[in-house]
Formats: sequence, C-alpha cells, structure tokens
Amino acid sequence: MDFTYDDEQDALRDAVRGLVGKAYADFEQRRRTAAEEPGFSEKMWTQLAEMGLLGLPFAEEDGGVGAGPVEIGIVARELGRVLAPEPYLTSVVLAGGLVSAAGTRGQRAEVLGALSAGESVLAFAHDEEGSRWAPSASAVRATRDGDAWTLTGVKEPVPHGARADLLVVSAALPDGGTGVFLVDPDGVQRDGYTTYDGGRAARVTFDGTAATPLGTPGQDLEPTIATILDIGRIMAGQEALGAMEVALAATTSYLTSRKQFGVTLNTFQALNFRAADMYVSLELASSLVQWATMVLATGDATRAADAAARAAYQVSRASRHVGQEAIQLHGGIAMTAEYSVGMYAARLSALDHLLGDGQHHLARLAAGIEGYGAIDPLAPTAGRG
Amino acid sequence: MQLELSAEDQAFREEMREFFTMKFPQEIRDAVTAGRELTKEQIVESQQTLNAAGLAVPHWPEEWGGRGWSDLRRHLWNEEMQAAAVPLPLAFNANMIGPVLAHFGSQELKERFLPPTANLDIWWSQGFSEPDAGSDLASLRTTAVRDGDHFVVNGQKTWTTLGQYGDWIFTLVRTDPEVKKQAGISMLLIDMTSPGVEVRPIELIDGGHEVNEVWFTDVRVPADLLVGELNGGWTIAKFLLGNERVGVAPVGTTKRVLAQAKELAGAQLEDPFTRARFAELENELLSLELTALRVVAHSEGGEPHPASSVLKLKGTEIQQAVTELVLDLAGPAGLATGEGAGVPEWAHLAAPTYLNMRKASIYGGSNEIQRQIIARTILGL
Ligand SMILES: Cc1cc2nc3c(=O)[nH]c(=O)nc-3n(C[C@H](O)[C@H](O)[C@H](O)COP(=O)(O)OP(=O)(O)OC[C@H]3O[C@@H](n4cnc5c(N)ncnc54)[C@H](O)[C@@H]3O)c2cc1C
Repeated sequence: MDFTYDDEQDALRDAVRGLVGKAYADFEQRRRTAAEEPGFSEKMWTQLAEMGLLGLPFAEEDGGVGAGPVEIGIVARELGRVLAPEPYLTSVVLAGGLVSAAGTRGQRAEVLGALSAGESVLAFAHDEEGSRWAPSASAVRATRDGDAWTLTGVKEPVPHGARADLLVVSAALPDGGTGVFLVDPDGVQRDGYTTYDGGRAARVTFDGTAATPLGTPGQDLEPTIATILDIGRIMAGQEALGAMEVALAATTSYLTSRKQFGVTLNTFQALNFRAADMYVSLELASSLVQWATMVLATGDATRAADAAARAAYQVSRASRHVGQEAIQLHGGIAMTAEYSVGMYAARLSALDHLLGDGQHHLARLAAGIEGYGAIDPLAPTAGRG
Repeated sequence: MQLELSAEDQAFREEMREFFTMKFPQEIRDAVTAGRELTKEQIVESQQTLNAAGLAVPHWPEEWGGRGWSDLRRHLWNEEMQAAAVPLPLAFNANMIGPVLAHFGSQELKERFLPPTANLDIWWSQGFSEPDAGSDLASLRTTAVRDGDHFVVNGQKTWTTLGQYGDWIFTLVRTDPEVKKQAGISMLLIDMTSPGVEVRPIELIDGGHEVNEVWFTDVRVPADLLVGELNGGWTIAKFLLGNERVGVAPVGTTKRVLAQAKELAGAQLEDPFTRARFAELENELLSLELTALRVVAHSEGGEPHPASSVLKLKGTEIQQAVTELVLDLAGPAGLATGEGAGVPEWAHLAAPTYLNMRKASIYGGSNEIQRQIIARTILGL
C-alpha cells in the first residue's frame, strides 16, 4: 500500500509539466491557442506524441507504449494544471480506449498507430439529446445491408467533432444493444462550435452514412463503453485535481498579495478559513482519485465502476467548491476572461458534466448501499467487506 | 503507487482482526457496539487485556513496551480495534503522558510511571484547560511556586475528562509570571489524592458526567515530579498535542456505526433521500480513510504529511454527521429517553450520543484551530 509515485513516474510528471508548462503556464498564451481553430495546438499534439504520451494507454503491438492507469493519470493531471486544450481525455482515453478495447487487430494497429504518432485526432461521438451519460445509444441507429453498415441520427455534443480525423460512434444495433462504429468524417455533416470552457464540440449528423463496425460486427458493446466511460471518469478526476491544485494556489497567492483596507487579504481569518476548506476538499478528492486510479490498475471492471462513481462524486463536489470559492475569494478580477481563475472554474464545470455529474453518481451509489456493510478500500479481492 | 497491502501487512492485519474479534472480552465489545457508556472497570480490563498481548502501547519506545511498528501497522492496529468495537487504550495514558514521559521524563520518572501507565494501573487525567485558557492555552493561570523541594500549586483546571476516575493528573502550571506567557509554563505530575485537590463534576448536555473541574488549593507537589525543564512546559505541550498522526480521525468507529445504522434504518432505506445520505457519508468516509492511509504511508520515517491536519477536522465532522443521521433515523422514538421508555436501545441512546458528539469538533484543538493550522502552515496565509 503506497500512494506515492516511483522515480519513473516522477520523471514522467516532470517531463509533462515541463512541456505543457512551457506552452501554457502563461495563461495569455493558452487563451490565444484556445481562441484559434482548431482550439488547441497541432504542434503540441505532435509534441505530446513525440514524448510517447498519446500512445501511453495502448499495447505496444498496436503502436502504443503499454503504460498503466497511474501514468495516464499523471498526464491528465498535468494537462489539467495548465488547462491544456489538447483533447487528451476525449481523443486518447475515450475514443482511443474504445478502439483499444474492442477493435480488431487490424483496426487497433491502424487507428491507434496513427493516434499514437500524433497523426490523427479521434472524436468519441456518444452523447445524444437527453441521454445524460448512459453507456447506450438510441438516437443514432445502425442499419445493416449484407456486410455494409450505415448510420442515421444526430450526436451532440461531440468533443472536437469538427476537427477529428476519425469518428468513433456509438449506435443502436438493429437487433438490440449498442455497437461502436468507425466513421470517416468526410461527407458527414459537422457543425462545430466553441464550448464554455474554451474547448470545441460539434453537432454531427449521420444520414445513411457508411460506417465500419468496431470489432465483431453486430456485437453489443455497451459493457465495454461503460468501462471506458468509467476509465474516463477517473482520468477526468485526475484532470480536475490538477485544475483544483492550481486554482487553490492562485487563490492563496492572491490572498497574500492583494491589499484592501491597507492590509493584505490574508489578514482576514474569514477568508483564510475558506481557503483551508478548499484545501480539505482537494485533499479528500485527491485521495479518492488516486485510489480509484489504483483500483483501475487491478483490471477488475466491477470494482473500477464502483471506484469511478465514488471518485466522480467526490470530485464533483470538490471541484464545484474549489472553483466557486476561487472566484469568490478573488473578487471581481476573477470574473474577467483574461484572468485564469474563472476559466479554471469553467473547465472544472465542463469536466464535471462530461461523464456524469455528482448527482448522477450519487444516485448510482445510493442505489446499491444495502449490498455491503462498510467499504474496505484495501480488501484484496472484492473491495468491500 | 500500489493499492494492496504487502503480504506481511495483510497477515498483520488479519492477526489483529483475529485477536480483537476472538480473544477480546465479548461483553465489553457488545457494550461498545450498543453505544453504552463503559464503566471504569471495563475500561481498565480492556486496556489490561491489550497490554498483556503487547497491544496497548505499540507506538511507545520499544524499551517501554513499544513494538517498533511502521505507521501503517499502527494505523491497521488502530482501525481493526475500532472495527471490532474494542475500546481504544485510554488516550491520556497511551497517547498523551506516556509518550511525553518517554521523551522528556527523567529515568526515574520513566521507571516509576511508564509500566503502570501502560497497564492502566494509574489512571491519568489531563489538566491543561482552564476557564480562561481554552484555545488560547498559553494564557493559563494555575500557579506553581517553588518552596524548598516542593512546588505549591494553586488554581483551577476545567473540562477534565473522567477526572472522577483519575489517580494522577498531568498539568500545565505557571512557574514564571514575569516572562512572555509561553515561556513561563511547566509540566507537573500531581497525585490526585494529595490534600488540597478537589474534583467537582460538570453535567453535560447529554445528561452524563464525563468532565470535571479540578481545584488546587495549596497542593504540595514534590519537585521531582516536574517533567522536563523548569519553564519548558510549552514545548512539551506542543509535542503532546502535535505528535498524533495515526488515529486522529476515528474512521473505524464511524464506519462501524454507519454500517450498523444501515441495519437499524429498516424500511427507511426505501427513501431515496435517506439512501443518498448514506451514500454521501460513506463516500466522505472513504475519502477520509484513504487520506489517512496516504498520511501514514507517507510519514514512514519522514516528515508528517501536510494533509494530516485534515484528519481531525474532517474526521470529527463526519463522526458528528453520522450521529445526526442515527438520530434522524430514530425520529420520534429518539424523544423517548426517559427512564422506563420502551423504545429500542439504539433509539434511546441516539439523542444523547448526538449531543455528546458535538464535543468532538471542540476539544483537542477545535476545528477552527485546525483551519488556522491549515491556513498558516500549509497554505502560508
Ligand atoms: C467534552 C470535553 C472534554 C474535554 N476534556 C479535556 C481534558 O480532559 N483536559 C483538558 O485539559 N481539556 C479538555 N477539554 C477542553 C478543550 O480542550 C477546550 O474546550 C478547547 O481547547 C476549546 O477551548 P474553549 O472551550 O475554552 O473554547 P474557546 O477557546 O473559548 O473557543 C470558543 C469558540 O471560538 C473559536 N476560537 C477560539 N480561538 C479562535 C481563533 N483564534 N480563531 C478562530 N476561532 C477561534 C473556537 O473554535 C470555538 O468555536 C475538553 C473539552 C470538552 C468539551
């Protein structure tokens, strides 16, 4: 039992921090990058690939690095610290993760090879109107004609859907269940826009669009999607931790430098106490996310699903608390777009709503409370005592 | 990072679990499970059972009964005790004066006091707080004036927990009124049967008698019962109040009570709001437990983890929230606290427990003081 990174993991963290810190620690630079299409830096995408980060989760035979959840978490956390606009979470962790989990050998090599090399951006087209984080699809339907498959319906919002070189799309199968398809976006109608956290998303409309089934044609992949979403939740939690760390640091440094009534704000205990509570929220969330990351590494999907819901719930509460208080304790300056803190709160909110917010996960947890007595996070097998 | 315990630590955990659940007096565990107040005899029997097995003071120096365990093992020991409803060793003895004597005491004091302290042959009370010295402990006024080879002590201590059982009391007294307030304080050990010591009960909001006032009128204390240096008491007090990083958050007990509450809830578990409250508290508790694990894993032979200050603050908040939940589950039955009430025991005890537990965020450094520590020492505010 050990919650600390080993030397290699420390080195990975330092390397990622060095790379993205150089690019985005200056918030103005990050703002300029996010303002221009495609909303992130293509150069940075290539650099992330060169450092091996885009291939981190994938097997070596598929062109990846074969690293574990802890390493992916380190990358996500560092990207979160600087609000890096590159679509690591949606393109690599979610879309790439799905291809890695369900693709045929050929699909994996082709798709993940290009992704790992930084030559392509994937989008995971999964959200539908009213679906609210379900692992299934219904608004986009797949139709089969012999070996040929087509998709019809609308996916929205699709993160980076307008820029993506390849769409990974969930769709209702003709015989029930949810399949996943690879779609070449040429010829698909894509209406892109900017999201409130400075990211990009699109409305993607399929109209008898040709699609290639991922893995075995016709296979229900809902359980696989659910697992990938759980992984995404934990990694979104890592990203949120990075963002919260920086939002808190910005707040404490503001409190010690901003003067009102002739003294710095940290003269007022009422404000210090609120900052102390932000720290408490962050530490508790951090413990839970690191634990969930390790649970993920055990490879037990049931346990990971539970851990993901728990981490997501705690992060949701913490990130609202930290984001809101960071703004409040900064006063008016935090409301301006040039100042970073407001964007941290926006990003935390976007992460919270990407894969299921606190209420969603609390409902999930509440549904199962009589299945166990007390939770034992160190239990060697089931995770519950 | 690694989730699971090493095979050795896992075996250690099982060994603890087995001892606490198989070899420890069942009636005492039943009383704890039911939430009943323990008698003095039960508390003494409990600690003596632990001490006989080498489990009362494993964190002391090995010479005095310590086991040389890692912080992680101490954590597991502590958690397993709580999970099994075994009363923890008396904090005044095991966590407060014992480590202080082992660290600051003369060889004579160690030999005289440490063995009976470990075995609870001496019951210690803590005489720090005074009516005008609470969070601001250094403003205490009880005086000790040197007179030959004695100190003469006058003043009043208050909030002395279980002082009615106390054989000895470790006190902070003012030995130099002329200097800066922290610099004039010493620690004295006082035999509570000495002439001039008077213990007066204070009734608390739950109706119980667990705290007392202790008055000192011309009490003569042999000078060799001074601990450490004359006027060095503040350093000792800081050591005493600050050296706890294992077990400050009563996670195991709170977990046990919460799991029990689920069973007591019965049909109320069908209410989605009640379920959500359980799920929320469980999650908070899980994050607290994991934070405690991070802290013990990190402090292995090094500096304490900064997050350790989170444990008392959040631990007591959750502990209180769980007693509040239990009281809500009891609902109207919780009103039936009078003699002769026929409601189940847990419902009968729910309100007194809820009221009593409000203390947790006040004593041992109130939660506001914890926030102050986080703000100052961690966040640099
Ligand atoms: C049940 C119980 C058992 C106890 N047992 C013992 C014992 O055995 N031995 C012993 O010596 N003492 C004991 N205590 C005393 C305990 O340590 C004190 O109650 C505690 O230190 C708080 O002091 P106070 O009660 O005087 O409150 P005060 O210090 O007067 O505080 C009042 C309120 O103001 C807040 N406050 C105080 N200072 C600050 C500040 N600087 N910034 C912000 N907020 C502040 C406090 O948090 C609290 O909310 C016990 C107390 C209780 C309730």
